[in-house]
Amino acid sequence: MPKMPKPSNPLHKKVSDLPKPPMPPLPPSLRPNPKPKERSEVTVGEAAAAGGTSVVAWIDERTSGSGFLRGFLFRKVPKGVNWWYTLGSATMFAFIAQAFTGVFLAMYYDPNPTVAYESMRHINNEVFLGEFVHGMHKWGATVMTVLLFVHMARTFVFGAYKYPRELNWVVGVLLLMMTMMMGFTGYLLPFDQRSFWATIVGVNLNGTGPMIGPYLADFLRGGAEFGSTTLPRFYAIHMMLVPGLIAALIGIHLYLVAKLGTTAPPWVKAEIPGQDEKRV
Amino acid sequence: MDARQKEQYLREYSALKAKGKPFFPYAVGKDSLMACIVLIVIIFMSLILGAELGPKADPTTTSYVPRPEWYFFFLFELLRVIKPPELVFVATLGIPNIAIALLVLLPFYDRGPERRPERRPIAMTAMALTIVAMTYLTLLGAFAGSPTEIDMEVPEQYVYGKEIAANSGCLGCHKFGENGNDGPGPNLTTIGARLPKQAIERTLDNPTAPMPSFRDLPPEQKEALVNFLAYLR
Repeated sequence: MPKMPKPSNPLHKKVSDLPKPPMPPLPPSLRPNPKPKERSEVTVGEAAAAGGTSVVAWIDERTSGSGFLRGFLFRKVPKGVNWWYTLGSATMFAFIAQAFTGVFLAMYYDPNPTVAYESMRHINNEVFLGEFVHGMHKWGATVMTVLLFVHMARTFVFGAYKYPRELNWVVGVLLLMMTMMMGFTGYLLPFDQRSFWATIVGVNLNGTGPMIGPYLADFLRGGAEFGSTTLPRFYAIHMMLVPGLIAALIGIHLYLVAKLGTTAPPWVKAEIPGQDEKRV
Repeated sequence: MDARQKEQYLREYSALKAKGKPFFPYAVGKDSLMACIVLIVIIFMSLILGAELGPKADPTTTSYVPRPEWYFFFLFELLRVIKPPELVFVATLGIPNIAIALLVLLPFYDRGPERRPERRPIAMTAMALTIVAMTYLTLLGAFAGSPTEIDMEVPEQYVYGKEIAANSGCLGCHKFGENGNDGPGPNLTTIGARLPKQAIERTLDNPTAPMPSFRDLPPEQKEALVNFLAYLR
């Protein structure tokens, strides 16, 4: 009896055998014009457009950036994606706002412990919009922390940390820890009573840890005592080390989101490939 | 998730994705609107709540309230819940580090294929408990005041020391009779009966973490404070 070929079940195919999704299509306004006008006179607008095109082509020839941009911008987000999916980008926007206001505060702030408090008073009382920018930085930290926690809760409820996005969850938790680190190091910088004593207690808490605790506390203080090296150290960690790490981690986070795709809400199911999805 | 479930997920996902809309302009539009809302909220918080500075940091001060930024309240309040000094490290590093480890490793121990929250009772219960616990501890921290009055009757010569204790933030973590917070630090109502005067002074200079050192307190104030504490029996 001849062996019958098994009917192929699409669900039993290997992942690598699946057809690769085509590049996302360009919107009509960006598609190259197939029929160039046949006219001898070229208007200024057309010449400018042609110039712009050649600049873009020049850059693209040297970077191949258009393929990446096309894949990133015109990739599809699955059906059902809703407002809950804006929390991640909102957190990133809060971080960008923190970076901007932080740059302006850094122009006037002096991390020397003898004058740090006076430089903050100067920002608040004399610098144009100083207290406003200081306030934006202070409350922006709260907004960023809240958005981050809600974004994490959304990811958890939607099961979006599961296969294949496990690594992106790990990167997200690292971002949470870095953000808490920003809150801790930034709190000392105004150098008023509240921030000073809270940070002493905070560093002492680190010091209670087994084994590395005392070393960690010494590193944060810049010595065994809370001294003149402590504030510059917190400042450097707050404005260079941790923000750099956050920016790099956001880059990895976004790369993985673009690579793996935004999750669909768990309620939307595609029953059989090719047929309409339905809510179950 | 086994290989088959992984394939099925990828297959379903690619089908859903094919039905979706392009990231630009649909998702970008929503994200941009959200960014505007975030900016407006930050601006209004800055305008309404401001950024006032407290008094300048002073290591020799006698009046301060060590309070962390609000999103660290829940960590600080753990110390009030876990009191014995030998267990302090459980609250300061044990529980936070275990929580972080559980969070980082979540996708590696929760590997089930189910994504719908109503079919993941354990995960949802754990999340609800975590949120309730963190909210409770945060509110506890938000409402835990640091009173500056000690209503104890003391002889004339200890009144100055009592005032220093009341104004030095001791009540944030210690209880004196009816006043102050019961924890993270021990109750000081009868501290003089438990510790000799020299031990009290040593503890003020080199306290158990997280209590800050009172080494820089002016000598006459520290003497008054030590005398007052040693009197409490």
